[in-house]
Amino acid sequence: MTKEERLKKRHRAEKRFRFYGLTSIFVALLFVVILVQNIFSKGSSAFKKTVITTEVFFDQELLEIQNGASEEEIMEADFYDIMIENLIKAYPAKDRDEEDELLKLFSGDAEIEIKKAFLNDNNLIGKTITLDLTASDDIDQLHKGNYPRDLPEERRRISDFQLVIYDYFVENKKISKNFNNYFFNNGDSRDPELAGIGGALVGSFYSILICLLLAFPVAVLASIYLEEFAPKNKITDFIEININNLAAVPSIVYGLLALQILLATIQLPRSTPLVAGITLALMTLPRIIIPCRASLKAVPPSIREGALAVGASKFQSVFHHVVPLALPGTLSGTIIGLAQALGETAPLILIGMVAFVVDIPSSPVDPSSSLPVQVYLWSESAERGFVEKTSATIMMLLSFLIVMNFIAVYLRQKFEKRWN
Amino acid sequence: MNIVLIFLITIFSVSLFFYGKSKTKTISIKDNIKLNALPKFYGYYLVLWCSIPALVFLLVWSLFEPVIIKSIIIETAANQGAIFSDKNEANLIYEKIKAIHLGTYFGDIDSILRESALAYAKFINLFTNSKVVLIFGIIIASIIYSLKKIKNNNKARDDVEVILKGLLFVSSLIAILTTLGIIFSLLFESIKFFSVINVFDYLFGTNWSPQRAFVRDASSITAAEFEELKDAFGFIPLIAGTSFIAFIAMLVAVPIGLFSGIYMAEYASIKVRRISKPIIEILAGIPTVVYGFFAALTVGPFFRQVGENLGLTVSSESALAAGLIMGIMIIPYVSSLSDDVINSVPQSLRDGSYAVGATKSETIKQVVIPAALPGIIGSVLLAVSRAIGETMIVVMAAGLAANLTINPLESTTTITTQIVMILVGDQEFDSPKTQSAFALGLTLFIATLILNYIAQRAVKKYREKYD
Repeated sequence: MTKEERLKKRHRAEKRFRFYGLTSIFVALLFVVILVQNIFSKGSSAFKKTVITTEVFFDQELLEIQNGASEEEIMEADFYDIMIENLIKAYPAKDRDEEDELLKLFSGDAEIEIKKAFLNDNNLIGKTITLDLTASDDIDQLHKGNYPRDLPEERRRISDFQLVIYDYFVENKKISKNFNNYFFNNGDSRDPELAGIGGALVGSFYSILICLLLAFPVAVLASIYLEEFAPKNKITDFIEININNLAAVPSIVYGLLALQILLATIQLPRSTPLVAGITLALMTLPRIIIPCRASLKAVPPSIREGALAVGASKFQSVFHHVVPLALPGTLSGTIIGLAQALGETAPLILIGMVAFVVDIPSSPVDPSSSLPVQVYLWSESAERGFVEKTSATIMMLLSFLIVMNFIAVYLRQKFEKRWN
Repeated sequence: MNIVLIFLITIFSVSLFFYGKSKTKTISIKDNIKLNALPKFYGYYLVLWCSIPALVFLLVWSLFEPVIIKSIIIETAANQGAIFSDKNEANLIYEKIKAIHLGTYFGDIDSILRESALAYAKFINLFTNSKVVLIFGIIIASIIYSLKKIKNNNKARDDVEVILKGLLFVSSLIAILTTLGIIFSLLFESIKFFSVINVFDYLFGTNWSPQRAFVRDASSITAAEFEELKDAFGFIPLIAGTSFIAFIAMLVAVPIGLFSGIYMAEYASIKVRRISKPIIEILAGIPTVVYGFFAALTVGPFFRQVGENLGLTVSSESALAAGLIMGIMIIPYVSSLSDDVINSVPQSLRDGSYAVGATKSETIKQVVIPAALPGIIGSVLLAVSRAIGETMIVVMAAGLAANLTINPLESTTTITTQIVMILVGDQEFDSPKTQSAFALGLTLFIATLILNYIAQRAVKKYREKYD
């Protein structure tokens, strides 16, 4: 091999090497795109729900209440007959079986939706109004195109007759898509068309709030101690090693800790945001302490010395001068720690947050779910409608995380002083 | 009640602050003495004395009250003639008694339950009253003490700072308390587990099927059941599955992460670096449950489809899908750390290599990487410890049954999956099955601790070499 050939070969190797590097970055970026695209294409349809426009006639004979009934009377009244009478008029069905199939096109909450319309206007008896009633999950998925209709009938959840009704609805423009308020307001449900993340949102909010209230002050105080006051001795070293190790302990171990100490020993209520918040706080603490200490360390000694020189005590120099300067870094570290806590699932599963909770929690000691746990729960469900719900929940979760991370970056870039 | 108490303590503290501030001012004017600190520090001093002892007491009390009341009530119920054979039944009776007290119980109430509910009401009342009395006692005592101090014109600023410094120290101790809590809660249950199952049977057994351990009470195991149990908790399949999935993950993460780290440190322009680095780090910020969902619903079925087309049987919960997705999650851990490590290799080493005519890639391969090797190995070990501790991806995408296999297309299970599977749903206390989850947790904790220790040592040693 001549010199020139060798050189060419070396240059080819150089190019190859560079190409490998570029490819790996590209692969990593590609994956981000695929993941996001996959979730968005599956989930975006969940923000709309299919409704069937139906005429509802409030027949006095079928209702035991009068016009102008009070709220309690309406709440107690039975609207079941009204619902059946009106829904079967949506399509000319021939017999009982066909009527049953027709009724199955509406969600299980049709009665409540009619009742709500009456609650809004209690003078409807004898009148006819048009209502947009939520469609069942099967029709919803069919209408959104998530469900193939060319399968043989026995492999479909929708019968041929129901398809005929569906086509009739489409032809007469009786079926449309509305904003899915249930997805944001409702708690969990066995019916995908009624299931929502309201409960999970509140549960996550309480958990993160408790986590913030516990972890932030303790983390800031601990990092101030370690950075500014701690003498260099074995205890301090031991604390430091501990914090570094805790930050690397798998999150599921914190779940076991919570199970044994918080639930079995102190007997806090299971499945509640209170326990979740404490668990997440213990887990997040070391992850907040590390950036807090870094931002305290970044404040130059001249600031401290200046304060001490004009007669401030050590405390005053730290709390009046160093801490305010380190605050942006501290806050952004805290927000990133909380963002991690918001996405954490495994420890919450162990403390029983996987329970099926329909009610939206009204306080941190009510049983509740949380956003990531809801993702886990729904992803285990067989119904097709839950796939888009799960993806949409992930979209919500990711958008919270993006917002939190942006706030963290903004805080750091806007307020952090560069010392050099 | 607690909220009312906290509210009262807050009101006392705030009013004491203003009282202390004005009081010391008037003293100094009236007696014409020079105060030893600014008036506000006397206020702070009173606030700290008024709130901290009372709040600490309240916290400790609230932690122990339910436990104590429960044990008292269960004992009284037993004295009344209630029969329960184990902890679960005792818990059930206690919950019933509580529900009767709150008026939310709608089942049959017999005389034992009614008497116990009355006793419960009595104890709750007694405890609440004594709590209030004790807290007020503590507040009054500490106020009297601190008022006396400030009347004597103490050095309030120094005293406040001593108290605050104590508070700072206590905050930093919480990390140690957490570690102790983890160790004790894992050890406590693990010791119970190992008193039934031999440590060696656990460590070297090749069969993991905890569902066999239906025995409720660990102390009443017959010889036949013991033989059965002996073989049910073998750790080998779990560690094999965990390492196998972690290995697949590393096969994905190490090359991609390392090459992107190298490219970003050595080749990329500042602009490319500034955009691509945060985007790659997004991968580390995505919650693992999202990866799990993606692996279970998209990647797993996709692999099975591809396998079918190729004529292979691929499990939809294959180790390959879980490992691949886990590897992608770990890429940023490898890439960021190795990027940092490579960046801190001194420029003089590169210049020397260029000077003897090496190309850039030759310099990287033969000079930079060998110099950065300890740090790179450290970052890979950290990534491995992430991989074996990762839970949600494997819970959702890997299998549940433990089988020893090295075929990536079959399903395997991991330590973390088993912990979740054992502890989700109804747990029987004192059953070897529940305790085995804690033994697994302890094993996992020790394994990650060792990996992290070695990794941190490696990175630190490397840093010292070039700093």
